[in-house]
Amino acid sequence: MKHNTKKAALKAAFPYTLPICAGFLFLGTAYGIYMRVSGFPAVYPMIMSLTIFAGSMEFVTVNLLLGAFNPIGALFLTLMVNARHLFYGISMLEKYKNTGWKKWYLIFGMCDESFSINVSVDAPQGVDRGWFMFFVTLLNQLYWFAGATLGGLFGNLIQFNAEGLEFVMTALLVVIFLDQWMKETQHYSSLIGIGCTIFALFLFGSSNFLIPSMLFILAILTIFRNPIEKAGETT
Amino acid sequence: MNLTQRIITILMVVLGTMATRFLPFLIFGSEKPTPALIQTLGKILPSAALGMLAVYCFKDVSFSTGSHGLPEIISLILIIFIHSWKKNMLLSISAGTICYMLLVQMVF
Repeated sequence: MKHNTKKAALKAAFPYTLPICAGFLFLGTAYGIYMRVSGFPAVYPMIMSLTIFAGSMEFVTVNLLLGAFNPIGALFLTLMVNARHLFYGISMLEKYKNTGWKKWYLIFGMCDESFSINVSVDAPQGVDRGWFMFFVTLLNQLYWFAGATLGGLFGNLIQFNAEGLEFVMTALLVVIFLDQWMKETQHYSSLIGIGCTIFALFLFGSSNFLIPSMLFILAILTIFRNPIEKAGETT
Repeated sequence: MNLTQRIITILMVVLGTMATRFLPFLIFGSEKPTPALIQTLGKILPSAALGMLAVYCFKDVSFSTGSHGLPEIISLILIIFIHSWKKNMLLSISAGTICYMLLVQMVF
């Protein structure tokens, strides 16, 4: 019984992770190669892909490791780059409830892609919600780890014109947004998210816009929370 | 940096990443009821967060230089079109990605 629960959840989760499989194997390999050419043996990308598991931050960490030793600077930079996870956490407070010990792994592995799937997809009828989200998260981490390991070990042997393949992550996140858009009865929150981020991007530029855009989103949603919530319920 | 310094640096990045992931759950995740404001935000924030993430993907696209963001815009329009039409996640993602790869490798 217990075994079937897990198997059914794995089967249900796998198709949703396929695009991430392509994207993470590619980006993970690129990351492994990047570490390799920066002078780090394969054990670095392997350990970092398992423990940090936040793609963009792992690329940044390579530069940190090549620079002067500054642990406090590294900590604060990480907090800034990854502050968006705070939004994910607040969004998942309810959904991750009552998932037992799996909850701690779900939070640990909450990268952009696992969050977007788990927040927008409901486990199919008859499939255990906790195990479904668990396998989405676990498969994604395995893909990333596999890519980073391959890149770190065999990066010099890989010959394949994959220019542009990284767009698979963009396509995934756009499609998840579209799905959410088609499901919801009003689009205030979606439009606020898009509008604030574009506004902050123009105002602050591509390396400094994420924190301001989160503050804009938070302020506007807090001010208009009651009408937005009502609009979502009545229609 | 020596090995110890490298390990400390990596540990700091792990600590920072985990802080951003666990903090909401540590503050609001216990047995006591979640404050009403956070509950409401938890309901309306996901759409905004997904919108933010969608824009985030295009942050490094330059509209004034190189290919002027045309491969991205064309692939984005194709994804929106195919997804509203077929509503098949894998189909929309594959079509968008293949379109983008063809454009950057052969056209632009």
